[in-house]
Amino acid sequence: MSDIHALSGAYAVDALDDLERAGFERHLADCETCRNEVASLREASALLAETTVTAPSAGLRDRVLADIATVRPLPPISVPATTGRSGRGRRFPALVAAAAAVVALLTGGVVWQVLDGPDSRAEQIIQADDAERFTQAFPGGATATITVSKKLNGAVIETSDMPAAPAGHSYALWLQHERDMVPAGIMPSGADNTVVLSGDAATADGAGITVETTGEVHDEPEGEVVALFEFEA
Amino acid sequence: MDPVRPVPAGVPSMGGASVGPDLADLLKLCGRGDQSAFAQLYDAVSARVHGLAVRVVRDPAQAEEVAQEAFLEIWKNSGRFDPDRGSPLGWLLTIVHRKAVDRVRSAEASTRRDRTYHHQNQPVDHDSTAEAAQASLEARRVRAALESLTPIQREALELAYFGGYTHTEVATMLDLPVGTAKTRIRDGLIRLRDTMGVGA
Repeated sequence: MSDIHALSGAYAVDALDDLERAGFERHLADCETCRNEVASLREASALLAETTVTAPSAGLRDRVLADIATVRPLPPISVPATTGRSGRGRRFPALVAAAAAVVALLTGGVVWQVLDGPDSRAEQIIQADDAERFTQAFPGGATATITVSKKLNGAVIETSDMPAAPAGHSYALWLQHERDMVPAGIMPSGADNTVVLSGDAATADGAGITVETTGEVHDEPEGEVVALFEFEA
Repeated sequence: MDPVRPVPAGVPSMGGASVGPDLADLLKLCGRGDQSAFAQLYDAVSARVHGLAVRVVRDPAQAEEVAQEAFLEIWKNSGRFDPDRGSPLGWLLTIVHRKAVDRVRSAEASTRRDRTYHHQNQPVDHDSTAEAAQASLEARRVRAALESLTPIQREALELAYFGGYTHTEVATMLDLPVGTAKTRIRDGLIRLRDTMGVGA
């Protein structure tokens, strides 16, 4: 357990595999010492870039400036209050903290946008007039988007280019109700899926994806957190 | 090339050395949607961003793509930069590095493996790289600091940071017992950090 601290340097230079990284990021949420160490080691690693300074082609500047003109910067992060109370959902504050730490340390973000326009349950939810979409992008280009319609009391997750879960594991879906993470289904294998979450989406505060051992049934998340979605701004 | 500027007292070298405008201020403006602030930011850091992407990704065309993606990510997240957590340059190079590493790893995992492998083995234009880098006093300080690492620390750190390899892969490449490369990487970074006086 204490050995995980030793991963700080490898984490700072992106030298962990995906599973180790997820585990370490969860550890970071609870370990201020490691957070501080990672921050300082990242400063050190960034110094290495001083030895490779190379001007890009002039065209890059134009492309970058054209890119940013079409995208709005994300709002600042508001970290949900997670103090006090414990109970059955005790794991979840840790998840929220983990997510906040990850967002703060990395850059990942939750983007939302509204779609409009109307078939299957999934389609209905996606095209509901009150649908809200929450997207997370992962390293390597994978994305997961959850669309929630409170009117239809439904949520749909769409994944694209998701790497396979580790052997013997599956991605599990959860809906967050206050401090409890309630099981909302298991993702089928495959990189691109559209799945309707089971459960009461209208009253959920958020959703999560974890990696769980295939075949085991959990009533709360036990595996590594892959993504968390917060439904309220 | 930027002329070398004196480092303001009390400011860690990463924050201001050889970078003109205050990057933290520019990021704050970017977070509010100020595109001209982003253009200034670009001009101040593009050679570092691009240089790092080229060093890790190697293929020039892919490196520019990575740099372009990274800049978009920097723009999107500019309002989330927290000066209490680190320097602007450290923050944005972390984004660039992650993108570059993701690119080399996903390229290897994909069916383009063979093609990419050959691309990656094209020699990098070391002359122009070295020329640009020589101009920077900071680069010389960093190289000197790297000399203070043990050879294994330095090699492990460079394979991880510039090679984009995981610590497990680094251990195999350097014939280290499993689990010790991560320690070498960490020790090397700590030495570098303390020698350069960054990161408080």
